[in-house]
Amino acid sequence: MDFQKENISRHNFEQCTKCTICTTVCPVTPINTRYPGPKQAGPDGERYRLKNPEFFDEALKYCLNCKRCEVACPSDVRIGDLILAARLSYSAHKPSLRDTMLAETDIMGSIATLAAPVVNTSLALKPVKYIMERTLHIDSHRQFPKYASTKFETWYRRNAEAGQKKYSRYVSYFHGCYVNYNYPALGKALIGLYNAAGIGVRMLERERCCGVAKIANGLVKEATRDAEINLTSIRKAAEDGSEAVVATSSTCCFTMRDEYEHVLGLDNSDVRRSITLATAYLSRLVERGEVKLVFRKDYRRRIAYHTPCHMERMGFGSYSVELLRSIPGVELTVLGPNCCGIAGTYGFKQENYATSQAIGSKLFAEIEREQPDFVATDCETCKWQIEMSTGAKVLNPIEVLFEALDVEATRRANNLTD
Amino acid sequence: MKQLDKHYDVIVIGGGATGAGTARDCALRGLNVLLVERFDFTHGATGRNHGLLHSGARYAVTDRESATECIEENMILRRIASNCVEETGGLFITLPEDALGYQKTFIDSCLAAGIEAEAIDPALARRLEPSVNPSLIGAVKVPDGAIDPFRLTMANVTDARMHGADILTYHEVTDYIRTGNRIEGVVMRNHRSGGEEVRATADVVVNAAGIWGHLLAEKAGVSVKMFPAKGSLLVFGHRVNNIVINRCRKPANADILVPGDTVCVIGTTSDRVPFDSVDRMEVTPDEVDVLLREGTMLAPSLATTRILRAYAGVRPLVASDDDPSGRSISRGIVCLDHAQRDGLEGFITITGGKLMTYRLMAEWATDMVCRKLGREGVKCVTAERPLPGSEKSEDTAKPATAGGKASAGRHGTLAANIASANELDRALVCECEEVSVGEIEYAIKNLHADNLLNLRRRTRLGMGTCQGQLCVCRAAAILEKHDSCTERHLQGIRSFVNERWKGMRPVAWGDNLAEAQFMAWMYGSVAGLDSLNPTEEMK
Repeated sequence: MDFQKENISRHNFEQCTKCTICTTVCPVTPINTRYPGPKQAGPDGERYRLKNPEFFDEALKYCLNCKRCEVACPSDVRIGDLILAARLSYSAHKPSLRDTMLAETDIMGSIATLAAPVVNTSLALKPVKYIMERTLHIDSHRQFPKYASTKFETWYRRNAEAGQKKYSRYVSYFHGCYVNYNYPALGKALIGLYNAAGIGVRMLERERCCGVAKIANGLVKEATRDAEINLTSIRKAAEDGSEAVVATSSTCCFTMRDEYEHVLGLDNSDVRRSITLATAYLSRLVERGEVKLVFRKDYRRRIAYHTPCHMERMGFGSYSVELLRSIPGVELTVLGPNCCGIAGTYGFKQENYATSQAIGSKLFAEIEREQPDFVATDCETCKWQIEMSTGAKVLNPIEVLFEALDVEATRRANNLTD
Repeated sequence: MKQLDKHYDVIVIGGGATGAGTARDCALRGLNVLLVERFDFTHGATGRNHGLLHSGARYAVTDRESATECIEENMILRRIASNCVEETGGLFITLPEDALGYQKTFIDSCLAAGIEAEAIDPALARRLEPSVNPSLIGAVKVPDGAIDPFRLTMANVTDARMHGADILTYHEVTDYIRTGNRIEGVVMRNHRSGGEEVRATADVVVNAAGIWGHLLAEKAGVSVKMFPAKGSLLVFGHRVNNIVINRCRKPANADILVPGDTVCVIGTTSDRVPFDSVDRMEVTPDEVDVLLREGTMLAPSLATTRILRAYAGVRPLVASDDDPSGRSISRGIVCLDHAQRDGLEGFITITGGKLMTYRLMAEWATDMVCRKLGREGVKCVTAERPLPGSEKSEDTAKPATAGGKASAGRHGTLAANIASANELDRALVCECEEVSVGEIEYAIKNLHADNLLNLRRRTRLGMGTCQGQLCVCRAAAILEKHDSCTERHLQGIRSFVNERWKGMRPVAWGDNLAEAQFMAWMYGSVAGLDSLNPTEEMK
């Protein structure tokens, strides 16, 4: 009698044992009673949706896609993926002009950087915010990140590209939209840090937005198109000898590693392991003794580290934490496992503002209690949320490491000469 | 001893589909009716079958009469019980190991019985039903469907009550009141009041107790020879198929896969069993093997789908009256006037038949009751009159929440009586099957439910993937508000969990076993039910 061996479910959602731990860690469930919670919205609801798609519940849009449910699940049920896939397959809600504008980061970024001073001034004006709230339902509390007048890619070609050729080992940098259009300084810090350790930093042949915002807003076709371009470039880079593709944004990294396959159905298994986070990659090199980092003796800071939800999902939190702890003058506190509430474009939408802030309140309170010199985190949208809600300054760990780095000593320690 | 004040025209024994249907028909024809059931409605075979809305195609080749009855009742049930029926359609598939020649015989027999049967291209069958065995070489489309026997029975009970019938559940008929050769009433044991004896009188008593009708006839001093035939089934965790899949061959074991509500069910086996086993049916490993092996022939993905539980029901096979040896089984409806047959006045047995023909059985039994009472003038309307919940509704607005949609599916137009105004009403008690607090309250107030098993049969509470793990304690808390005997509800939880385990045990491996273990820890150890002194099991 082999039936016991043969009949094992291959349906991921049927591996749920209904322990409900996912619902206890969900940041939305206690805040928004209209949201049925991850267990109900995920594996439970899936049975009903298989019976008839009519049972799709539009309240699934309240899911932040933070994947904390998946981190908690003892049975490896991909709860967040189930919910996201259901939304993408069954929701009758079509992306609005607002959703498309928030999601099309490349298009909006390319236009905005052309007239950055005007755009930045306008977006900060009260009447403009008022109009955006009334017409586009973008919450007027939100401060749009400032656009840079020169894109990171442009700066790189003009100032850095040539110099990277001299490094025998190199990585490809997936800078993401935020670094490219808003915050080139982070990309510059990464190059400074990696170069000091003897690692070259090159660009991918073509880079598009990772697609996270498009996926969240239901623009699957557009996200897939971008993802395919990115995967082609990533494969090309690997063939050319790039050691890894590193991102400074945990969400870009997570999207390319997991959402491409789980949500968009693209096979990325050949390159998935090479897509990583800048701190994770560096941390492994340090651990293996392949590179050394030497920090300034006068650097003294109290830092609170916030682990972004997608960092938790990847299990990468400790890499950033360990690197920051290796700076001798740093007193580091790791903040509790709480979502900041912004979830990318979610928090920008007027209808989600209150929920977003309520979800983040635990984190904000903890930061206010800690009173650090600044907060460090690997996700740009967490950064915007924390800066807006607490007034604390937020830096990416890569920026902190570079700020604390004794560049010359590090170069010497890695046997680099000019 | 308690004597009911009222004298009834008719007492119907048996709370399955047939008994409930008979009580309804009698009540609609203006009779004074008492419906009695020894435990809960649908406790017997009505609650333990496929839930298949037969087109009759299965019987077309071997039993034309049953086939015709089935298709006629099939069309009637679509009209009168639309809320209990899912019009899924059915396929009869021919596999390479089956003779394709049978398909023609099958189609001809179907057409002759009035069943629409159309051979379709196997490729089309695969498109219509992607789960079907892709190696099929032939397919015939027939008007099969799914029917929910719990809802169907309760709709009949509700309508009977709305037309004046009295209802007694947990009252077991132990004897009859008789004068000479006339049955004048029943003696019952009330299981809910420590076995108190209750007597009720009537002009006619109808024995509609399924396989237990054999024993009830014996008690009345007449013999209706029945043979219990056990049928085992497996319930899968979700719907693999959306169209009923049958095997196009002579009826055999495990050759029907029915999608019903959130699950699908493969069955059945068929084995004669001794009478003394009918109250404790258990599914054996061999039966699980047969069901799984044959089931995967219909839909291969069953092999990699979680099995929720196994269960078995008992069909009452009735020996033909003209063959006292009992070898010749009557497939059709058996309606016996014991006055004519055995010289016993005031007693009727209605048996044989199938869930599909419950309404026709009820009509025949009621016709006979009316003849006996001299009230033949009133016409039977059950073929036209929709059951409560299945009336045509003007209101086409769909509920917004998933839970609301689920309860609307279960209760049809009656779902309007389910409270959903505030968050508490809408909060889910059973998350797998989306049963809200409002729906539980509705069942307690309107559907003769005062224990957890009643609630399961009325709402699907605890019938989903977790098999009661999260919902029983919540539901027990609601019951406790209505009847504050905490001990009874604690025992209820223990009993419910044990009953679920009985169904899970034959398929306890993999995720099922992990979940059952988790449930055992929760209730046995954490909630302390292990230290409860067991009392009689809840039924």
